[in-house]
Amino acid sequence: MEKFETHTHDVIVIGAGGAGLRAAIEASTQGASVGLVCKSLLGKAHTVMAEGGVAAALANVDSKDDWKTHFHDTMHGGKLLNNWRMAQLHAQEAPERVRELEHWGALFDRTKEGNINQRAFGGHTWKRLAHVGDRTGLEMIRTLQDRGIHTGVDVYMECTITHLLKDGDRISGAFGYWRESGRFVLFNAKAIILATGGIGKSYKVTSNSWEYTGDGHALAYEAGADLIDMEFVQFHPTGMVWPPSVKGILVTEAVRGEGGILTNNKGERFMEKYDPERMELSTRDVVARSIYTEVQEGRGSPHGGAFLNISHRGAEYVKKKLPSMYHQFKEFAEIDITKEPMEVFPTTHYVMGGVRVDPETAQSTVNGLFACGEVAGGMHGANRLGGNSLSDLLVFGKRAGTGAAEYANKINNDVKVHDEEINNAVKEMLEPFENTEGENPYTVHQGLQDAMGDFVGVFRTKDKLHEGIEEIHILKERGSQLKIEGSRMYNPGWHLCKDLKSMLIVSEAIARCAHQREESRGAHSRVDFPNYNDEVWGTVNSVISKDSSGDMNLGTSPLPQMPEELKKIVEGGYK
Amino acid sequence: MSVAKLRIYRGDAEGGQEVEYDVPIEEGMVVLDAIHFVQANYDGDIAVRWNCKAAKCGSCSAEINGMPKLTCKTRLDTLPLDKPITVHPLKTFPIMKDLVTDVSWNYEVRKKIPPFKYAKDTDWKMQQVDVERSQEFRKCIECYLCQDVCHVLRNHNKKNEFFGPRMMIKIAELEMHPLDIEDRKEMLREAAGVGYCNITKCCTEVCPEEIHITDNAIIPLKERVADTYFDPLQWVMKKIKGS
Repeated sequence: MEKFETHTHDVIVIGAGGAGLRAAIEASTQGASVGLVCKSLLGKAHTVMAEGGVAAALANVDSKDDWKTHFHDTMHGGKLLNNWRMAQLHAQEAPERVRELEHWGALFDRTKEGNINQRAFGGHTWKRLAHVGDRTGLEMIRTLQDRGIHTGVDVYMECTITHLLKDGDRISGAFGYWRESGRFVLFNAKAIILATGGIGKSYKVTSNSWEYTGDGHALAYEAGADLIDMEFVQFHPTGMVWPPSVKGILVTEAVRGEGGILTNNKGERFMEKYDPERMELSTRDVVARSIYTEVQEGRGSPHGGAFLNISHRGAEYVKKKLPSMYHQFKEFAEIDITKEPMEVFPTTHYVMGGVRVDPETAQSTVNGLFACGEVAGGMHGANRLGGNSLSDLLVFGKRAGTGAAEYANKINNDVKVHDEEINNAVKEMLEPFENTEGENPYTVHQGLQDAMGDFVGVFRTKDKLHEGIEEIHILKERGSQLKIEGSRMYNPGWHLCKDLKSMLIVSEAIARCAHQREESRGAHSRVDFPNYNDEVWGTVNSVISKDSSGDMNLGTSPLPQMPEELKKIVEGGYK
Repeated sequence: MSVAKLRIYRGDAEGGQEVEYDVPIEEGMVVLDAIHFVQANYDGDIAVRWNCKAAKCGSCSAEINGMPKLTCKTRLDTLPLDKPITVHPLKTFPIMKDLVTDVSWNYEVRKKIPPFKYAKDTDWKMQQVDVERSQEFRKCIECYLCQDVCHVLRNHNKKNEFFGPRMMIKIAELEMHPLDIEDRKEMLREAAGVGYCNITKCCTEVCPEEIHITDNAIIPLKERVADTYFDPLQWVMKKIKGS
C-alpha cells in the first residue's frame, strides 16, 4: 500500500466555516492541540454567504428584548419540535458570543448611541439581528479566521476527510486526501468535531455552495451516530429566478427586514392572505409556501416567481443597507433594485435536521464525535428563524470546542487506528480510477438533483415521496459504480464521487423521514396531511441510524421533556 | 443555439497549453458556468477553484482574455464572442493544475500582521461614520486579483519585500479600527514594504468589491509612515528632546 503522511492532534475539527472556526478557537484556548481541516481554502466556507445578520437579544434597539423572548420566538419558529435545552442555551448565550466577536475585531453597524445596531427579521418579536449591511457572514468568518490563526490552530486547507476511524465504540481518527496531490493523509485524534454545514447540493435550485454535500451527516451516519429530523429542509422564500445561471442564489431576508414588499402579477400584496399579522416578516416556511402557491395558481411573475420590491425605501438607503443585493441584481440580472422589483422563488437553503447531539457538550451518540452548526440537529426544530444560524454556530461552536477538549483530556492515549479501516477506505477511494466501466459522477449527480427537486421539494405527497425513494435507490445503484478520467491531482470528478455518496445518504434520509412524518409542520409540507398532528407527530423526532447489517434504519424518539418554567414561556399557539 | 469557444489553459508546474472547447450559450451565463459545462461534458478532471458562485467568496479568480477577474461574475455577453475566450490561471502565483494556483503565500503573510488589540478600559461605543472607514476594507473577499495584477508582485516577484495590496488593506482595516491600539507602522515600512507601491492603481481597477485600495488605504498608510519617519519637524523635535 502507498505511504501517506500522518498528523496527530487531540482534536480534529472538520469544516472551517463559522462553527468549525469557533470550535477550533475554543478547543485550542482550552489547551488542546487542534487541527482544522477544510475542503476549500480558509475563509471560503459557506458562512461568507450569510447576509442578513446574527440573532442575539442584545436589546440595543428594542430594550424589551431578552433571552426568554428569543427562546419563545425560536421555539415557535421551530413549531416546538426544537430541542428545548439547545434553544434555551442558544438564546441565553448568543449576546455574549456576539460581543466577544466585537472584542476580536468585528465591526458591526452601529446605533446612534454607538452600540451594535439590530434589524427586524421574520419571526423575531423585536429588532434582534446584529449585522454589517448585508454581508454579516463575511464579517464573522474574517473575525474568526483572524482569531483562529493567532491562537495556534493548525489549518489543513484543501484537504477532504473521507472516512472517520473508530477504535471499538469511540473515535480514533480521520482519513482523507489532499486535493492538490491526491495523496492520502491520516489524522490521529482523540476527538473529532464535525462542522461541515449542510446538504443543499443534493438539490438543483439551491443557495448553497459546492461544499454543501452533507459530508458530516454522512460521516456521522457511517460512524454509527444518530441523525434526527432530516425531513426538515428549509426552502428560503427568496432565491433569484432569472437568468438561469443564477437561479437559486440567495436574496437576503434583510430585504424584507428593511421593508421589502411581496406582490403577485396582479399587484396584490398576497401575504395578506397567508399571514395578515406578520405579512412579509412571517416565518420562512410560511413565506416560501405562499410564494410557491401564488406561482402554482398562475399569479407568478414572468420568470415564475413573485415580485419583491424595496425601491420605495429610496436609492441611497437601499445601496447603504443592501449593497450586495444591489450589485448582485445589477450585475447578474441587469435589474436596478432601487428602481424595479426583483423576481424571487424558494431555494433550498438549510437543513434543520442533523447529528443528534447532547446540548451541553455537542457530543453525538458516538464517543468522541461532536457536531456543531448546521450539521447538528435539534436546535431549530421544524423551521429555523433567519439569523439564528449565525448565533447557533457561535454558541454551539464554542460548546463543541469545550466538550471535545475536555473529552480528549479525560481519555487515555491508547486509542488505536486499525489498518483494516484504512485499507477499506483506500480501496473505496481508488475504485473510480480502477473501474473499467461505470457512470460519469456528474450525470448521476444531476439525476439526484432532479429527483430531490421533483419528489422531495416544498410540497410533498406520499406517492411522490415513494417515487423519490425508488429513484434514489436506482441512483445509489448507479452511484456504486463510477468511472473517472485523469490523475489524482486536483481532480473535481474524483472528488464528486465521494461527495455523491454523501449526498445519496442524506437524500435517502430526507426522503424517508419525509415519507414517515404524516403531517405538515414547519418546513415539511404534506399535501395529503396538510395539518399539524400534535398528538402523534408533535411529540417525536424522526431518527435515522445505520443498523448492524448496514441498512438505513428509520424510527422516532420522544422529544425531551421541557421543564414547567420554560413551558410557560412558550405558551400560546404557533402558526 | 449560439456557441462560445473557450480556450482554457490546461497544465501544471511542468507546463501546459490552451485547449479549446465549444460551449452552448445560455442567457446570463458566466465564464464559471461554461467551465462547469466543460467539466460535466468533456473533461471531468479540469481543475477550477470555486465555492459560492455568487461573487461572495473570492475563490474562482482567473485571467479572462488576459484580465484578472472572478469567473463567476464575468458574463459571457460582456465578452467579444466572435473570437475564443481565453481562461488562464493567475500569473503571479505558482500553478497547481489548470486554473488552480498555489496562493498559500498570502496566508503566510497574513499571519505576520499583528491582530486587533484594544485598551483595557474600552467601552465599545463606536459611531457608524467611524466604523465605515474600516468596513470598506472588510468587504474584501480575498480573491487576490489585486495581488495578481500588482506589478511589484507580478513582474518583479518582490514577495519577500512587499505584502501586496490585499495585505495593505488588511493593515489599513486594523489601523483605522476606531478602538485599535496596536502600532503597525514599523512593519508597514519594513517587512510589509508599503514604499514599493508606486500608486498605479491597477489593484483598485480589478477589485470586484470596488474597494478604493490605493486612495483610501495605501496612500493614507504611506502618509502615516512618512509622518512618523520622515517628517522634518518631528525629526528636529526628536533631536531636541534627545529621544
